[in-house]
Amino acid sequence: MPVSLLWAVDVYGRVYSLSTAGQQWEQCRDAQMEFKRVTAAQQCCWGIACDNNIYLNVHASDLPVRYQEETYENQRWNPVDGFSDRLLPSDRWQLSDVTGLQHQPLDNFRLPSSSWEWEGDWYVDENFEGEPTEKEGWSYAIDFPATYTKDKKWNSCVRRRRWLRYRRYKAMDTWAKIPSQQTTLPDPFSDISCGGWEINEEPRGRLSLWAVSLQGKVWFREGIYHHNPEGSLWEEVPLPGEVVQISCGPGDLVWAVLWEGQLIVREGIGRDCPKGTSWAMVDSPSPDVGATHVAVGVNVVWALTKDNKVWFRRGVNSHNPCGSGWISMVGEMIMINVGLNDQVLAIGSEDRAVYFRQGVTSSELSGKTWKVISVPRDGDRSHSSASAHSLQSAGCYFCGEVRAHCIITSSSPESFVDAPTEHSDQPIETPKSRIPKVTSDSFISELVSDRGPGKTSREVRSAGPAVLEEETIPLEGEVKAPDVGVSLSPSQSVGPLDPQWSNVDLEEAQGQQAQTGAVVDTADTSSLSSVATFTLAMEDPYGVDEHPMWAWVSGGGCSVDSHTQLNWFNSMVQSVQSMSLSVTPAQTAAWRKQIFEQLSERTKREMDNFRHYEQAIEQSVWVKKGTMQWWRDWKPHKWIDVHFALEQFSGPEGNKDGILFIYYNFYEEKKYLHAFVNEVTILVPVLNDSKHSFAIYTPERTKQRWPIRLSAATELEMHDWLALLSVSCCDSRGIQGPPSKQAIWSITCKGDIFVSEPSLSLEAMPYPTPCDQMFWRQVGGHLRVVECNSIGIVWGIGYDHTAWVYTGGYGGGFFQGLASSTDNIYTQVDVKNVYIYENQRWNPVTGYTNRGLPTDRYMWSDASGLHECTKTNMKPPSPHWTWVSDWTIDYSVSGGTDKEGWQYAADFPASYHGHKTMKDFVRRRRWARKCKLTTTGPWQEVPPIPLSDVTILPCAAQSSVDVVPLWAISNKGDVLCRLGVTALTPAGSSWLHVGTDQPFKSISIGAASQVWAIARDGSAFYRGSVSSQSPAGDCWYHIPSPSKQKLKQVSVGRTSVYTVDENGNLWYRQGVTPSYPQGSSWEHISNNVRKVSAGPLDQVWIIADKVQGSHSLSCGTVCHRLGVQPLEPKGQSWDYGIGGGWDHITVRGNSMEPPRVHLPSLTERTPLPVRNTEINSSAVGC
Amino acid sequence: MADDKDVLRDVWFGRIPTCFTLNQDEVTEREAEPYYLLLPRVSYLPLVTDKVKKHFLKVMKAEDVEEMWLEYEGTPLKWHYPIGVLFDLHASNTVLPWSITVHFKFFCPLVAKKLQYRDLLHCTSNSVIEAHFMSSIKEADALKHKSQVVNDMQKKDHKQLWMGLQNDKFDQFWAINRKLMEYPTEEGGFRYIPFRIYQTMSDRPFIQKLFRPVSPEGNVHTLGDLLKEMYPAALPNDGEQKRYQVVIHGIEPLLETPLQWLSEHLSHPDNFLHICVIPTPTD
Repeated sequence: MPVSLLWAVDVYGRVYSLSTAGQQWEQCRDAQMEFKRVTAAQQCCWGIACDNNIYLNVHASDLPVRYQEETYENQRWNPVDGFSDRLLPSDRWQLSDVTGLQHQPLDNFRLPSSSWEWEGDWYVDENFEGEPTEKEGWSYAIDFPATYTKDKKWNSCVRRRRWLRYRRYKAMDTWAKIPSQQTTLPDPFSDISCGGWEINEEPRGRLSLWAVSLQGKVWFREGIYHHNPEGSLWEEVPLPGEVVQISCGPGDLVWAVLWEGQLIVREGIGRDCPKGTSWAMVDSPSPDVGATHVAVGVNVVWALTKDNKVWFRRGVNSHNPCGSGWISMVGEMIMINVGLNDQVLAIGSEDRAVYFRQGVTSSELSGKTWKVISVPRDGDRSHSSASAHSLQSAGCYFCGEVRAHCIITSSSPESFVDAPTEHSDQPIETPKSRIPKVTSDSFISELVSDRGPGKTSREVRSAGPAVLEEETIPLEGEVKAPDVGVSLSPSQSVGPLDPQWSNVDLEEAQGQQAQTGAVVDTADTSSLSSVATFTLAMEDPYGVDEHPMWAWVSGGGCSVDSHTQLNWFNSMVQSVQSMSLSVTPAQTAAWRKQIFEQLSERTKREMDNFRHYEQAIEQSVWVKKGTMQWWRDWKPHKWIDVHFALEQFSGPEGNKDGILFIYYNFYEEKKYLHAFVNEVTILVPVLNDSKHSFAIYTPERTKQRWPIRLSAATELEMHDWLALLSVSCCDSRGIQGPPSKQAIWSITCKGDIFVSEPSLSLEAMPYPTPCDQMFWRQVGGHLRVVECNSIGIVWGIGYDHTAWVYTGGYGGGFFQGLASSTDNIYTQVDVKNVYIYENQRWNPVTGYTNRGLPTDRYMWSDASGLHECTKTNMKPPSPHWTWVSDWTIDYSVSGGTDKEGWQYAADFPASYHGHKTMKDFVRRRRWARKCKLTTTGPWQEVPPIPLSDVTILPCAAQSSVDVVPLWAISNKGDVLCRLGVTALTPAGSSWLHVGTDQPFKSISIGAASQVWAIARDGSAFYRGSVSSQSPAGDCWYHIPSPSKQKLKQVSVGRTSVYTVDENGNLWYRQGVTPSYPQGSSWEHISNNVRKVSAGPLDQVWIIADKVQGSHSLSCGTVCHRLGVQPLEPKGQSWDYGIGGGWDHITVRGNSMEPPRVHLPSLTERTPLPVRNTEINSSAVGC
Repeated sequence: MADDKDVLRDVWFGRIPTCFTLNQDEVTEREAEPYYLLLPRVSYLPLVTDKVKKHFLKVMKAEDVEEMWLEYEGTPLKWHYPIGVLFDLHASNTVLPWSITVHFKFFCPLVAKKLQYRDLLHCTSNSVIEAHFMSSIKEADALKHKSQVVNDMQKKDHKQLWMGLQNDKFDQFWAINRKLMEYPTEEGGFRYIPFRIYQTMSDRPFIQKLFRPVSPEGNVHTLGDLLKEMYPAALPNDGEQKRYQVVIHGIEPLLETPLQWLSEHLSHPDNFLHICVIPTPTD
């Protein structure tokens, strides 16, 4: 689970964040001023500061926010000058946008705000549709506007080229002011809410930001996305009334509260209209008491009423944003917020503590109980100087706040109409008069108005509940004494007369500043008592800060769900423990070290000299039995009940071995099948909805493509057996502990990870170990891609594109206990989409309907149309996966879609396109639903950039601190270079962004730092001048793909460069030499190839489709290229290993030179080539 | 870095080289050769001495044979103590191999004086050891988990624990035993630590009391904390020469070692942490 942040503001305007992995609130120190409200997304946090401006804090990520400005230079040919910027009068501007309509000279481009900086100067884009152009980047056409080509033709009359310049957002991790639009925004903002990131994933990082002004108007911020984090402008949204507060969920829910206490719901929000179209009205939960606050999530709405009651809205979803009815919940809250995964946070009205709603799940959205988040703030437990600092800042804050208000008040006094309005609404209600504080722009007035009614109640002896307890008053008391006077005295003198006291009082206070002393003197007894506490507070600063008082909380960036383990609730014990541990790390190490050392000494002392003694206990046979089902070998194939037994015994040399027995009945006759444990090459779990089964392969079974398939009664039983069999197999082969650095890693289509220890003779010539004899064992975790190198650095990428680094452990997943290391095993979460298709056919009467022809596919089906898949019957891939979203239309289908996600075609099955034509009679659209898997394994997340490919320099570094080049492609196609990767710190430190002109999809670095990459358009690129001095190289060289093929993957070994194209062809790059590393041409090697991995010995392994075994055909099979030699790098033939169902392999860790076999014929006749091998290996290998 | 799992293996596969010699008073037909054997530290003498018995019976007349019992330098060795505990208690800091004298008669004056030992030395069959072993595990689990784990186990799981010990099957044993070593993370450890402190200097067989792995204030209890409460004399006073060694499985863990960790990793198969307090050798 990635670490994310919960944001909150305390009553002093200090901004704090609490990490999901953390145990204390961290103050956001760089906030220059005090904040009123914050609203968080995962990538940023917005806030309203006390100057009423909106500030944005973009969380630093390794991927910079870069925006590409472009403008086109247009020229026309004339017989005199040739091409020149003298254009026809009817032509476009010399410098224009792509359409030619907009005049765009270079110096017209300005930085949008002071948060941006230029990355460099303007330059000419020399690429045209992914291919390099002639010099100067011109593309030619007959006339404007027309089709441009990169080649100049006889009829090319006009030409144009593109100028590019990048600007970079520099205000990362700091609060940057959003430039205000004075002309359109006369009044300051009072509320803000961001969300909407689930409506549309394009453009990346898109957000909806809604704001409420003091006058009750609602504004929508246009154009916020990753490359433009600040957005571009505010647009006013027409309203049926005056809004006081608004809440925007991650999806399409937006609710707001009106002054009068009703709620309004935004309708018509969708992918193409994030702003929505209209408002619908919903009554307050309680007929007598108006709503004051609303918070929405994806499928939930929570609200508060003026009496601080909490309400949950029933029946809210995308189709019915208004829901159906209110349910009263327990608790009295002053503020409520819905975070990610519909988790709920609130601030208690009595104690001002932050509460977390426990037990909120997708099936029980209203949760179970409120649990107070009781973690200390980062200053709380430090020594007194730190708290003195915070006291001081609080003091400053009061001064600053007072002044700020004065300025505003004097400039626009009518902006504080809130008090009168509210006053007229509830003229008499005294204790509850603090309602407006929620709606007012200022939390200081909230705070003080809290006290106002409190005092009122005390003095008037009203029965209403005091909002703040006695001891909270010293909170102000701890502030410097004169300020106490300033802020307290008005409330006490004016409060009783005017309960909804407002900024006017503060202004008055300002005027009274000179008489501060007198004011303190005039304070009544309660204020005296607060002064008394104040001195106490000075002596014991801990006591004062013990209960932080919160004003605002935002969980929009906080990724927790009901399964998340949070350390937020029992901080006392935890922090004591963590402190006692942190105090003595050295001792912790010492005692453990002592035990390890003494145990090895004991072994020396008591055993090493006595190895020849007889063992007291003879090893005997141990049998474990059970019943299972077996997919029988003969036709008709079906599951039959069998008895299963594993007999284990010690081999002659003390190594353990065993035999598997499967006892079955064949026409009433008892028979059995057996396999020696030392012959088992792999155990593959095949968990699906109906069967808890696994497959056992031996070399013979691999050749047949027909494993022993067994199914246990329960998942637990299956895992017990798998763990036991796995240990037994490893024992029989003498394998224990983590995989070696040379290990070969592979991944199945289920995301299961397997490793194999290469034998020395695996790459031997001429007789390598057949790869069906390789032994694979499973490692916990779930990945889609894994890459390694020969010093043990292993990276993986999950289905959700999360990057993971191998921790050096083993086991995890279902490998509990002995088959798993205790350290280095972590929780791993992966998310993937399940897709189904909705198919429709056109008929002349009703248009497109879900009534197909009798011969048609199911109207709800899988991609092939062969299987019926409806929204309701579709299950997650295995019981380990759980749904985490609802079905949504998927617009990112290749071929494009229309606005409703439909793709059209003449008939099923055909190629689909995204717009309807006359010839189209059928259409389909794809629905996606996310599901999530939680497992464990030796993997740690490398946040924050999601990746689509990764590659590591395959050869050995000189020492464990040597930096190892690691390149990656982000899932948006950016090329990244990881800095600081060494054997000791395999995760590295940060990303270096390598500029490209188009998105990439695959990358590989060879043993001599040759970097090759594949762009999304299917062409290849070679990166020039990559070396240890210049780890990112200098420029890309474009390398055309093989004719009519789009490449999809590349792997570079020691010298060999292999690529795979989208049609499954494997290509070898001819003519690669040290002086000409780009090579000359592509040579076709093989077809039916899914993936290739070239290793540091130039060994070539692939995942092949359609491998015919003696019993069955397998797709996704590991294959090894035979006959690869320095003089024959392409090899001769394939050797087939484990499969099918394999998706990925990497052999880039195996740098073990095979022992040289001195065949008489070879050594006698051709001694030279063998020598050459040595020279080559020492020259290029490192 | 070494893994904590390696400690479990080291503990399990600890062996004491032993030389068995026949008591000189025994009547033999011909001279008995000494018999050398590697004894598992975590096992019990009757489980591992079948070979010894067979070896010496070859030179003895059947009518001279009664129950076999073992003795080291005048101390009869109790069958129900783990072998490692017997060695650490009586013979640590001595020259290896451990020299054990084999007796087949109870007529010797040594035993006549200490008849109370007879029961402790007399072990009729392996089922007696099994019963003893299982009752230790159950007692330990009562301390650790209010017996919840051991009671939730099936009969065959119990059998697997015993068979694992009897046949020296580490994997077989730990496949089950790991369940006995689990605890809820929020509690920070077992309810009580099952331990026994043995001392050579006292007639008391051993010290066994209730002791929690974490103090009420949330501090982790260490080996030192345990000894301070149970056997303060075992701890060295300030500025004084160390008088006692605190030995577990032949090693001396630092007093700072957390007790919970010790219980999880250095317990014997019977799930008790057997701690031997022996005088520091003078030389």
